[in-house]
Amino acid sequence: MNGSSCVWSSRMPSLILLALVSLPVAAAPVIAPNPPEQRFEDLLYAPPTMIHVWDGGPAVPFVYPQRLISRIDRRFEEDRLHPAALSWFARGRLVTGGQTPLLLLGADSYGRDLFSRLLFGGRISLSLAVLSALCAVVIGALLGGIAGYAGGWVDGLISRSSEFLLVLPTMYVVLVLRAVLPLVLAPGTVFVLLTMIFAALGWPIVARGTRAIIAAERHREYVEAARAVGISPVGLLLRHLLPAASGYLASQMTLLIPAFILAEATLSYVGFGFPPNTATWGTMLHDTANVLLVADVPWLLAPAVAIFLTVLGVNLLVQASGRPPVQLEG
Amino acid sequence: MSRFLVQRLFFCAVLIVIVASSALLLTRLAPGDLTTGLGSQATAREVSDARARFGLDRPIMVQWAAWAARAVRLDFGESFRYQQPVAPLVLQAAANSAILAGAALFVATFAGVGLGIFTGSRRGVMPAIVRAVSVAAVSMPPLLTSLALLFLAARTGWFPVGGMSSSDAGQQGQQWNELAAHLPLPVLALALPIAATFERLQSAAISEQIHQPFVTAAAARGVPPARLVLRHAWPVSVKSVAAIYGVAAGSLLSGSFAVEFVTAWPGLGRLMYDALQARDLYLVAGCAAVGGAVVSLGMLLGDVLLALSDPRVREME
Repeated sequence: MNGSSCVWSSRMPSLILLALVSLPVAAAPVIAPNPPEQRFEDLLYAPPTMIHVWDGGPAVPFVYPQRLISRIDRRFEEDRLHPAALSWFARGRLVTGGQTPLLLLGADSYGRDLFSRLLFGGRISLSLAVLSALCAVVIGALLGGIAGYAGGWVDGLISRSSEFLLVLPTMYVVLVLRAVLPLVLAPGTVFVLLTMIFAALGWPIVARGTRAIIAAERHREYVEAARAVGISPVGLLLRHLLPAASGYLASQMTLLIPAFILAEATLSYVGFGFPPNTATWGTMLHDTANVLLVADVPWLLAPAVAIFLTVLGVNLLVQASGRPPVQLEG
Repeated sequence: MSRFLVQRLFFCAVLIVIVASSALLLTRLAPGDLTTGLGSQATAREVSDARARFGLDRPIMVQWAAWAARAVRLDFGESFRYQQPVAPLVLQAAANSAILAGAALFVATFAGVGLGIFTGSRRGVMPAIVRAVSVAAVSMPPLLTSLALLFLAARTGWFPVGGMSSSDAGQQGQQWNELAAHLPLPVLALALPIAATFERLQSAAISEQIHQPFVTAAAARGVPPARLVLRHAWPVSVKSVAAIYGVAAGSLLSGSFAVEFVTAWPGLGRLMYDALQARDLYLVAGCAAVGGAVVSLGMLLGDVLLALSDPRVREME
């Protein structure tokens, strides 16, 4: 019908934007020109490598190696004598500079490729956010469903505790919970802990909405019918009642993901997130703490742009589905 | 109404007690304690003295009870890191945060509601531009906005970079000038996404109301368009903004943490961060208590605004 195609076209820009961010991130090992941990010792804070397509006439894309002119001024110059053609599909990577470092977004304080780190870091940041949102939605749906279906003191207990968690300023609670854990942990452990903390703080908002939907649905005729043929309460909740809330749950999921991306970024920025040498969008933002440095090396802000584009994509998606975007915690 | 108010006040009191107590207990249970701050040169005697002075040698619940008994008399103990009573430290930081958050809420309310009325009631190029900027701004959380603005400030020198005042500001009169110079950047960073949220909500609510029969009827009576929007449609639509005022106050507190950190604003978030890192447990608890009080205040403010903007809510209670 006309209606559905209209919905698709209004969602198209946001979906394209989200695909532009998430697909390269998912395909990081292929797309990233350099390993994320590789240090180019003479290219600390090097600017982005320019790709040339004009050499007296049209030419196959090539780059010039960057030569350090002054370490103290962070000044670099293209070495015009040694042009290097880009090498495509070599060693399992889409494009590399061959022997010449290809730094599409410049280098960070250790001379590591920011573009590659952005892609690999996005894998941690995005998967953490998606996984946490999924956990929060599952927990919230179950608890909210139970509260709405059972009523009585169970409802009271679940509703009061979710209301209590809802009014707390999330960032501070995350901060306290993370700060009281050992500060130096392996990245994998941090990932699991942050998922648990985020899920523990994200479920109440989901539970509150789900509870309202289930409480309204359980008096409907189809529920009576299902009960009349002898379905168990668990089956009724999972098979018949929760599907009624699926649209709401999906929309909550899309709202939680950007909130969690930001929470990770803020935590890692202040040094309570992932260890500093692990590439995530938050730990990369930590490099921007020195403002005067950033004024000279603006490409350090690349993770901020990546976060912005992701959040923008989600907000456009929300906007396209007819609800005004609401700035959640962060 | 009064019963509702009593319930709410009770909830707020419980909130503050639970938040402050759990902050204290969690910090006590965390690995490491404040004696780590003494350094590796500290003798065993110094460490045990410090532990005794801050009650760390007593069982956890005994320590909590002693703290709670003093806290009800508004004595929140002593900070290890600053070697000062907690209360004035926390209040000073909370005042700094309040300046920031209050200014941001003020800016966000006027800019957001004003622009929302404009975009919701008009068609054309200008509203479309505002709308696009607004959707982008909702996606610019305070962490990103403050980074971007700081970058701009460092590049152009339009604003001082970070802090609440330059160190050489001595005299009283100068302090206000300093504050006025340092305030715009963090306020803008904090206010932008909230203003955008208000704008979107207000815009949606106004454009919904403007097609209601009572507005059409007023238009038929010859009420001029500007008056139609401001005196007829807006009062009915404002509750959609008022409804999320409490949430906005909460997100202001969360957002101000990032802004305070990035712009080195000496507020509550920064103090709490330092306290957590130093395992300065009475200071952590004090910050949490004030944070709980701020959240409670935001909730009450939201309720009052909702009651003011929607007569039905008033009648219900």
